[in-house]
Amino acid sequence: MLKSVPVAAKKPKLAFFSFTCCEGCQLMVLNCEEEFPGIIELVDIVNFREAMSLRSDDYDIAFVEGSISKKEEIKKLRAIRKNAKIVVALGACSSTGGLNCLKNRFPMEEVKKAVYGKDARHKPMDTIPARPIDSIVRVDHYIHGCPVTKEEFLSTLKAFLLGKTPDVPNHPVCVDCKMAGNICVFEKGLSCVGPVTRAGCKAVCVTYGCICWGCRGPVDDPNMNAHGETLERYGLTADGILKSFDLYGGYRIYKTGRPAGHDGPPAVLDGRKRHA
Amino acid sequence: MAHQPSSTAENAMHKSHGINVNEVTRVEGHGNIVINIKKGRIEELRLEIIESPRFFEAMLRGRRYDEAHHIMSRICGICAVSHTSASLKAIESAMGITISPQAMLLRKLAFCGETLQSHMLHLYFLVLPDFFGEGSIVPLMKSHRDMAAMGLGLKNLANEICAVVGGRHVHPISLVPGGVTHAPKRDELEKLRDRLAGSFKQLDRTLGLFSSFPVPEFRKDREFISLKARKGYAFYDGSPFSSKKDSIRPETYAKKIKEYAVPHSAAKHARTSRGTFMVGALARVNNNYSRLAPSAKKAAGRLGLKPLSTNPFMNNHAQIIECFHATEEAIGMITALLLTGPKPEGIGKPKGFGTGIGLVEAPRGTLYHEYAITKDGLVEKANCIIPTAQNLRSIEDDLRHYVPTILDRPKKEITAAVETLVRAYDPCISCATHIMNVKFV
Ligand code: SF4
Ligand code: SF4
Ligand code: SF4
Repeated sequence: MLKSVPVAAKKPKLAFFSFTCCEGCQLMVLNCEEEFPGIIELVDIVNFREAMSLRSDDYDIAFVEGSISKKEEIKKLRAIRKNAKIVVALGACSSTGGLNCLKNRFPMEEVKKAVYGKDARHKPMDTIPARPIDSIVRVDHYIHGCPVTKEEFLSTLKAFLLGKTPDVPNHPVCVDCKMAGNICVFEKGLSCVGPVTRAGCKAVCVTYGCICWGCRGPVDDPNMNAHGETLERYGLTADGILKSFDLYGGYRIYKTGRPAGHDGPPAVLDGRKRHA
Repeated sequence: MAHQPSSTAENAMHKSHGINVNEVTRVEGHGNIVINIKKGRIEELRLEIIESPRFFEAMLRGRRYDEAHHIMSRICGICAVSHTSASLKAIESAMGITISPQAMLLRKLAFCGETLQSHMLHLYFLVLPDFFGEGSIVPLMKSHRDMAAMGLGLKNLANEICAVVGGRHVHPISLVPGGVTHAPKRDELEKLRDRLAGSFKQLDRTLGLFSSFPVPEFRKDREFISLKARKGYAFYDGSPFSSKKDSIRPETYAKKIKEYAVPHSAAKHARTSRGTFMVGALARVNNNYSRLAPSAKKAAGRLGLKPLSTNPFMNNHAQIIECFHATEEAIGMITALLLTGPKPEGIGKPKGFGTGIGLVEAPRGTLYHEYAITKDGLVEKANCIIPTAQNLRSIEDDLRHYVPTILDRPKKEITAAVETLVRAYDPCISCATHIMNVKFV
């Protein structure tokens, strides 16, 4: 897919765009304080609204953060796709729809009313159910996570500069978790979506005392690639876990606009806590 | 040093301008400024918020109490610790959950880290390029290498505090209802403390740098609202307080601060019965001046900031003062943590349900979360009042007073001045919609 992109040739131009999100993934990029001086030797950053006044339509790689949740954003995203040689989805909002899709559980009119009260009627709001960017345009590469990690952003950029295709991990978080030397939270009576979630974060949430919330989205083909050992030991199924954790799986689960609880989580998982 | 208001008022009288700043850059989020001047009078002035609303209040509905802080942290990447903290305080107050002294220290330490990180980002990445007539910090990394490196270093240290406590720079992991799930190692804390102690030198130089730039003269009577604590400077603790000399009970905050929808903005506006008010670093310094740590008080003296300072351009200076304070406070917290451990501990359990309020001072001002939790531990209702939304009306008001005083300048300068004023507020538009382009039409 990326073969046709000759970015390694000259100093490539990077652009950063932000749709519906918390801008935390752009912030992670800005947090590369030590690497920043080196990066700007190798690339030209031509769009970074959070940190720059400059704006340009001439760029090679577009990093797109945020979900699409307005009609107007669809137009902007299509223009970005046209201008860029490579489009990278930066973070969960952009790559899977992320947390934003939680609002899709309710009809839009009700959602508007919940926030704006009786003024909602007067708000000609251009708002549509939240969705990932690949539901609108072709995406060349995904950097997962809410937020993305600095390391994965840097290694992706490095691969592009070398004209290579960056890696996307497709093993479950449990593998990272074992490597980090963590005790499985199922043993403490908690539940965790790690067995079916795409790794690459070193299972940092478990290391810091919580569970995996599934922010990096499911592995490709969870029924094939889930962490069988953990599933087996605790009598779980990949589908069961996926259903019980809809925090980050919202686009897939709520795409149909069905109300919450239409096929609620299995009781065994639902009763379990998120923290010790 | 101060800018003289137009002496050529007559000249300005005849000016007509259409100013349009589309997507104001170097602020957090998306917004436009529209100003229409006909014959020296403002016909139209709007701060349009074009950010898409995120509908967090709706996103929370029906979710479990122990997911709420995780979801609400995603309102804003920059002030994630603040949203997490306000959310946790609301949940804990609704459910009668208590937290340990160590957990409290860790939360407050992360809070200092976030305040520093947010202020450094604003001062070095967003404000400083204005002073050098540049569009970003990038050219400064070449032309003023040491200065840019200093800013990056200070921001990096601030991020490190959040990472040591919370597990990463953005969206803390370990802060949960009932406490903190991770105890940092002693050597991590010791290293942080040493780096913080060494950072006063850079803070001094930062202060020197910013005090060398002229501050536009712009005074306007205004009400400042921030928290005020019984003890210490209000970041994590405290009750709402107004510079017009009254305190506001947390339970009535949402009533006193009236939020209302306006047609041109996805973010709501807010007012008190007295009208426009301002929140943020300047409000905090004004309302908590006597509580500043010694180094911060000295910094205030050097910057010439005494309460009550009513010039919004001084907000940048107030942030520098707070950086001194947060650094001293963080060192104090680390020292206290090292005395007893820190050791791994359990977390507090829910004892009931009901409604709860969480108030904190986010970097940009007072942040209010309120939830109703059912007996099944689900969030039934949520309401948030976000700092930038509280400031939007004040920004518009200030523009209305400020722009007429600079109408004699070329359009380009007016645009720059307008952007600088808006930027001094450090608005965070992604938060406020739950900002910016200047448009002159
Ligand atoms: S993926 Fe998470 S951190 Fe990144 S922009 Fe979306 S909400 Fe923020
Ligand atoms: S289920 Fe969760 S805690 Fe257990 S090994 Fe997998 S990622 Fe780690
Ligand atoms: S552990 Fe899970 S929730 Fe945490 S960063 Fe990794 S994938 Fe995301």
